[in-house]
Amino acid sequence: MSVKSTAARSSRGGAKRRGAAAGREPELVQLLTPEGDRVQHSEYSIDLTPDELRGLYRDMVLTRRFDAEAITLQRQGELGLWASLLGQEAAQIGSGRATRSDDYVFPTYREHGVAWCRGVDPLNLLGMFRGVNNGGWDPNENNFHLYTIVIGSQALHATGYAMGVAKDGADSAVIAYFGDGASSQGDVAEAFTFAAVYNAPVVFFCQNNQWAISEPTERQTRVPIYQRAAGFGFPGVRVDGNDVLACLAVTRAALERARRGEGPMLVEAFTYRMGAHTTSDDATRYRTADERAEWEAKDPIARLQAYLTKEGLADDEFYAALDAESEALAKRVRDGVRAMPNPDPMAIFENVYADGHALVDEERAQFAAYQASFADGEGH
Amino acid sequence: MADEKMAIAKAINESLRKALETDPKVLVMGEDVGKLGGVFRVTDGLQKDFGEARVIDTPLAESGIVGTAIGLALRGYRPVVEIQFDGFVFPAYDQIVTQLAKMHARALGKVKLPVVIRIPYGGGIGAVEHHSESPEALFAHVAGLKVVSPSNAADAYWMMQQAIACDDPVIYFEPKRRYWDKGEVDTTAIPAPLHSARVVREGGDVTLAAYGPMVKTCLEAAAAAEEEGKSLEVVDMRSMSPIDFDTLQASVVKTRRLVVVHEAPVFLGTGAEVAARITERCFYHLEAPVLRVGGFHAPYPPARLEEDYLPGLDRVLDAVDRALAF
Repeated sequence: MSVKSTAARSSRGGAKRRGAAAGREPELVQLLTPEGDRVQHSEYSIDLTPDELRGLYRDMVLTRRFDAEAITLQRQGELGLWASLLGQEAAQIGSGRATRSDDYVFPTYREHGVAWCRGVDPLNLLGMFRGVNNGGWDPNENNFHLYTIVIGSQALHATGYAMGVAKDGADSAVIAYFGDGASSQGDVAEAFTFAAVYNAPVVFFCQNNQWAISEPTERQTRVPIYQRAAGFGFPGVRVDGNDVLACLAVTRAALERARRGEGPMLVEAFTYRMGAHTTSDDATRYRTADERAEWEAKDPIARLQAYLTKEGLADDEFYAALDAESEALAKRVRDGVRAMPNPDPMAIFENVYADGHALVDEERAQFAAYQASFADGEGH
Repeated sequence: MADEKMAIAKAINESLRKALETDPKVLVMGEDVGKLGGVFRVTDGLQKDFGEARVIDTPLAESGIVGTAIGLALRGYRPVVEIQFDGFVFPAYDQIVTQLAKMHARALGKVKLPVVIRIPYGGGIGAVEHHSESPEALFAHVAGLKVVSPSNAADAYWMMQQAIACDDPVIYFEPKRRYWDKGEVDTTAIPAPLHSARVVREGGDVTLAAYGPMVKTCLEAAAAAEEEGKSLEVVDMRSMSPIDFDTLQASVVKTRRLVVVHEAPVFLGTGAEVAARITERCFYHLEAPVLRVGGFHAPYPPARLEEDYLPGLDRVLDAVDRALAF
């Protein structure tokens, strides 16, 4: 297909968009169909116990409930902003559950599901969105780095970290999350280059959720994103990002590969951002309800639920208990956010430097004296 | 190895060697730093002695160099990265300003970023465009970074030791046109604190404050002024973030006049900050406004014009005269 006709296809937008430059659907690793039927893949397979399957379902449901609560809290003015992961639960839970505790994760600002898998308290994710800190957790506690807002920067941090892992002779792996928009960033391309030439044990996990705020994926790339890996000299694969089993299987294989010293791999999880970019965004200005409806039919949670039900792996009691757990989580988050105090103004000066800095000391003292000048009760 | 005469480039090399020897977490990274030993040979021989795993030739991508150094620091390493020339640092500026400088605060102090970024800077070597700039103020303006520049071999050695030992990111500006200036280096000495300024020549009439390559220029100006009966004090600032204002203040209280000299453009430069702070601290001691001598608000000129652009002895003395005449 000529370039011209490809452009014509692209301009139609909507679901046709993902036809991509080659003019045909790229292969997608899928282990669970949207209807909830298990299918086999020649290269990637997975064998999970009923408990593990129910665990993945639980993770996705709780993450979605947490996400919904965060949106509500933003609407109520308790958070300044929220970046919803709605629709991306399978990509995040599948990949997150593929990581080992000694692996290290470098997220964007939307990896709430991955954070959940790593054991980061959901409440801790909300501090930065409430505006009480710029990152409220110790990255080394769960090997889950802070959220990174500037697009794509963390791909380099992950690569450097992975270079360090290799130097240490450890068999851990590193995973860098980013999106389709970030794939245009120079830092992501440089990360691919560094990871490739140093054979770093890092998995690049791109959630292609089809939209970078208002810009569709074809504004970022003329080839399917996973195919870019070939140009850097490492494998890339596209996985059904709404299929938690496929995401788990592929990410697990990619991480194992990295641990074996076989270098980086790019996983493109083909998914959809069901919500707006953030609570400040209005997605109706740039995409159609039809497109959203099409993806709703591929919902990651509904398809696993269909499978669990068909196979008799989950009963009403399980679902009822999970409902109760979800509501308890939402309540804990709601209460926790509302109780989150504003930081002390003097926190401005904390941790600017690890070894101190004369100017910060001077300004801290001046500001403290200024604050103290109101101490006679006049307020300020 | 105690007292030894060595060039600034060699002193940095020795300091890196010492760091690589004493701390297995120290890494040297950059373009051409390995087999070639750097375009200025500052890292000469290090890869041969410490191996490719510790002295790392990187892809030609400055953001990648700093970004991966951040990741290595998070893993517990202490990378010393080289940006080949001053004008090439800007592809890495985002990683330095947005990530490196802020990550410790963002993590509420839970992670440290002991990364040293070496940047050969300044003009006077007849180079093509982008090889002669002085961007130090662009970094000193950013909270979370520390910015230093040695002016002599002993400081080059010790300030590198201290920068590597520091748990904060340090931008270490190397005065490239002085790389081959030799000086005594006592590697057993107890060095002054990294961010302290130093009076390098005492005088009573006017204080000259400078750092990096301009310290030598100011010392020459002071020697010339002495012949005219003027006594100039020269302060080597050594650190642009933080700035040791106490040492500057003590000097200005004595001389009552201050001229700040740097190659960088004066507009919103280090000298502007020094002028503001010293005016605040020494308002009733000053006999003249703080004057600045530096680059113009114009792109660094082609090499045939750089002697006109760079502050030299005459422009420094012209400012001294203006300060004295005020």
